[in-house]
Amino acid sequence: MKTRSATQPYDPIPLEVASLVKRFGQITAVDGISIELRSGECLGLLGPNGAGKSTLIRCIVGRALADAGSISVFGFTVGTSEAREALGWVPQELALYPRLTCRENLGAFGSYHGLSGSKLAQSVAWCLDWAALGDRAGDLVKNLSGGMKRRLNMAAGIIHRPRVVLLDEPTVGVDPQSRNRIFEMIEALRAEGTAIIYTTHYMEEAERLCDRVAIIDHGRIVAQGTNRELIQSSFASRSQVLARFAGPTDEIAAWVERHEGRLVDGAAEFTIEQSTQIAGLLDDAAKAGLELVDVSLRRPNLESVFLHLTGRELRD
Amino acid sequence: MIVPIVRTALMALRRDRPALAMSFILPIGFFSIFAVIFGGQRNSTHKINVILVDQDRSRSSLELARGLEREDSLVISTRPSSKEKAAAPPDYTAATAEAAVKAGDAPVALIIPAGFGQNPISFGGNQNGPAIQLLSDASDMIAPQMVGGLLQKAAMTAMPTAMAEQGMKYTDQYIGGFTPEQRKTMDANLGYLRNMETKDNADSSASAAGSSGSGGLVAVKMRSVVGENKNGNMISFYAAGIGVMFLLFTASNSAGSLLEEAESGTLDRVLSSRVTMTTLLAGKLAFNTLLAFAQLVVMFLWAWAVFKLDLFTHIPGFVVMGLCTAFAVAAFGMLLASICHTRAQLGALSTLVILMMSAIGGSMFPRFLMPPAMQKAGLFTINGWAIDGFTKVFWRDLPVQDLWQQVSVLLAVGIGLFLIARRIARRWEFA
Repeated sequence: MKTRSATQPYDPIPLEVASLVKRFGQITAVDGISIELRSGECLGLLGPNGAGKSTLIRCIVGRALADAGSISVFGFTVGTSEAREALGWVPQELALYPRLTCRENLGAFGSYHGLSGSKLAQSVAWCLDWAALGDRAGDLVKNLSGGMKRRLNMAAGIIHRPRVVLLDEPTVGVDPQSRNRIFEMIEALRAEGTAIIYTTHYMEEAERLCDRVAIIDHGRIVAQGTNRELIQSSFASRSQVLARFAGPTDEIAAWVERHEGRLVDGAAEFTIEQSTQIAGLLDDAAKAGLELVDVSLRRPNLESVFLHLTGRELRD
Repeated sequence: MIVPIVRTALMALRRDRPALAMSFILPIGFFSIFAVIFGGQRNSTHKINVILVDQDRSRSSLELARGLEREDSLVISTRPSSKEKAAAPPDYTAATAEAAVKAGDAPVALIIPAGFGQNPISFGGNQNGPAIQLLSDASDMIAPQMVGGLLQKAAMTAMPTAMAEQGMKYTDQYIGGFTPEQRKTMDANLGYLRNMETKDNADSSASAAGSSGSGGLVAVKMRSVVGENKNGNMISFYAAGIGVMFLLFTASNSAGSLLEEAESGTLDRVLSSRVTMTTLLAGKLAFNTLLAFAQLVVMFLWAWAVFKLDLFTHIPGFVVMGLCTAFAVAAFGMLLASICHTRAQLGALSTLVILMMSAIGGSMFPRFLMPPAMQKAGLFTINGWAIDGFTKVFWRDLPVQDLWQQVSVLLAVGIGLFLIARRIARRWEFA
C-alpha cells in the first residue's frame, strides 16, 4: 500500500486505485480493478447487481480490507485520518438514525467527523439547503418520504464537505421526481470541483451524470471511457435494429439466431453496418413466414455496450 | 390459511437457530435453577452459622455450648476462621461477636453472660440470673427464631442436671424445704445424673434428637444489632435486587442499538468517519453506564419517597455502589450485544442469562436463604456483588471504604467484559 504522511507533498489526484483484489472465501468480488479519478470528474461504475461495485466502494472507504492492490486518496493511504476526511461515502442503505430529526442526524455525523460549534452549524445548514430539506429539518427521519430519506442519506455523507464523494446507488427505490432532485444535487457537487464515483445499474443515470464510465462485470472492469468512446469501441459506426414479430416464439428465436441477432424483451435485435441492410432483414423475415409488428433503428447505448461486452443484460 | 401462516412462522424460527435454542434452553435453565434453590431444601434447612461467646465458663454454660454444637442445623464458631498458616485468632468477645454479625459474617451470635450458671433455668419466665443474649441480623428473619428454638432444646437435653438442681431449688423454696433424708437421696441421684452427663459428653456421636419442646427454659434476650432502627421490611435489599435485575435488562436493550446500527448500515458509516470501534464502544459504554445509574437513582428516590428508605444519609455509599454497578451492567450489556447477531438473539440470550444471574445472585430470592453452594454460586454474578454492596451501605451502615471488595470486583468485571466485547466487536470493523 502506498503511504504518505501529512507533511508530504500534496498529490493532486483525488483517487487512485491500482490492481485491487478483494476475495470473500472462494469468491473474488473485486478482481484487479484499477481506476483513477480527477477533481470535478464523475466516474460511473456501471454493472449489474453482484458485479463488485459496492465491494470496490467499501474497499475505497476502508470498510473492507483489500487482499491485494493499493488505494490512495490525494496520496494518502486508505484508513488514515487524511484519507477519511477527504472521502465522503453515501452507502446504498439508509444509514441514518430513524429516531433523530434531519438536523440532529446531520449534527451527529458532522461531529463524528470532528466538526463542532459554528462550523458544524454552518455545515448542517448548507447540507439541509443542498438536499432541499430546510423545511423538514426538525422532522424525524422515520416520518420522511423515501426520496427525502435518500437525500438526507446523501447529505449525511458529505456533511464534512469531502473532496471525493462515493455514491453507491443513491437513487434506489425513489420516484422520478426525487431522482431528478438527486441528479441536481450531484451536479451541484461536480460544479464545485468534487470528484465523484457513482455506482449504478441504470444506464440512463450513467449517461446523464458521468464524464466517464467503467463497466464492471464479475469484479473486473471490462471497458472504461466516455460514453462516446465506449460506444465507438464496441460498435464503431454500426447501428441497431429492433424488430417485433407476431408468431410462434420458437420460430422467431430460431430465425433471429440464424441472422446473428438476439432476443431482448421479446424484440429481435440486430447490429448493422448500413441502414440498407434493414430491407434485406425484413424481406427474409417475411419469407420465413414471420409477421412484422414494428421495427426501429437506434444508435447503440451503454446498455448495448454492456450486452456486447458481457453477453448479458445490465439487469440480469 | 392458518396452515401457511404457521408454516411461514416456523420456517422463520428455524432459520434463527440461536433464538430457537433459547426458546427451549430458557425454561429448562430456569427450572434447573429453582429446582436447585428450593428442591435442595426438601429434606433439611441449610445450616446456620452461630457465633458463641461463653463469658460464664460454668459447667452449665459448657453443657449448653456442647448441646448447641451437637445440633446438626447449627455451625457453632467460638473464634473467627483462620487461614491455613496463620496463627489462630483469639476467641470472640461480646464486642467482636456483635461486630461480626454487623459485618454479615454470621446471622446470629449467642453470648452466655457471666453468672449464667448460677441460675441457668428460668421456669415460668422467672429470671433470677442474667439472660443469654441473642444478637441477630434483622435481614435474616428465620435464623434468630430457629437458633432461639434450638437453644431451648439444647437446654432441655444437654443440661438435665442443671434443670433438676434448679427444679429442686424451686421445690425447696416453695414447699418449705427438704428433710435431710430427702436431700441425701436427691444428692445421690444428682450425682448419678452428672455421671450420665459426663458419659454422654464423652460420646461425641451422641444423638441430638430428643424433646422438641421449648418453653423458655433459659432466659434469652434477643436483640437485632443490624437493622434495628430500619423499617421492618427490606426495602434496600429489594431496591438493590430488583434494581440490578432491571438494570441488566436496560443495559442489554440499550447496547442492542449497536445491532440495529449494524443492520441499518449506520455502524459502517460511523466507522468510516473519525470514530474508531474502540471510541464507539467506549461512548456507548459511558452512555449505558449513565443510563443505568440514572435508573438506580430514580428507583432509590422512589424507595425513599414511598417506602421511607434512608437514602440521604447514605449518599456516598450509594453513589459509589451505584456507579460501579452501573458500569458493570453496562459492560455486560455491551458483551451480550457484541456476541449476538440479531435483536432476536439478543432478546433471547439476555433474558436467559439475566434471569439466571438474578435468580442465582439473589435478585429474586435472598441469597442467605439459599443452600451454601448456591450462595457461593451467587458470587459469580453481578447481582450478588451489587446486592452485597448495597446491603453494606443501607443495611449495615458500613462506610465507603468497606465497599472495596465489591467495588474492586464490579470494576474488574466491567473492564473485563468490555475488553471481551471489544475483541468480539472486531467482526464489525472490516469485512
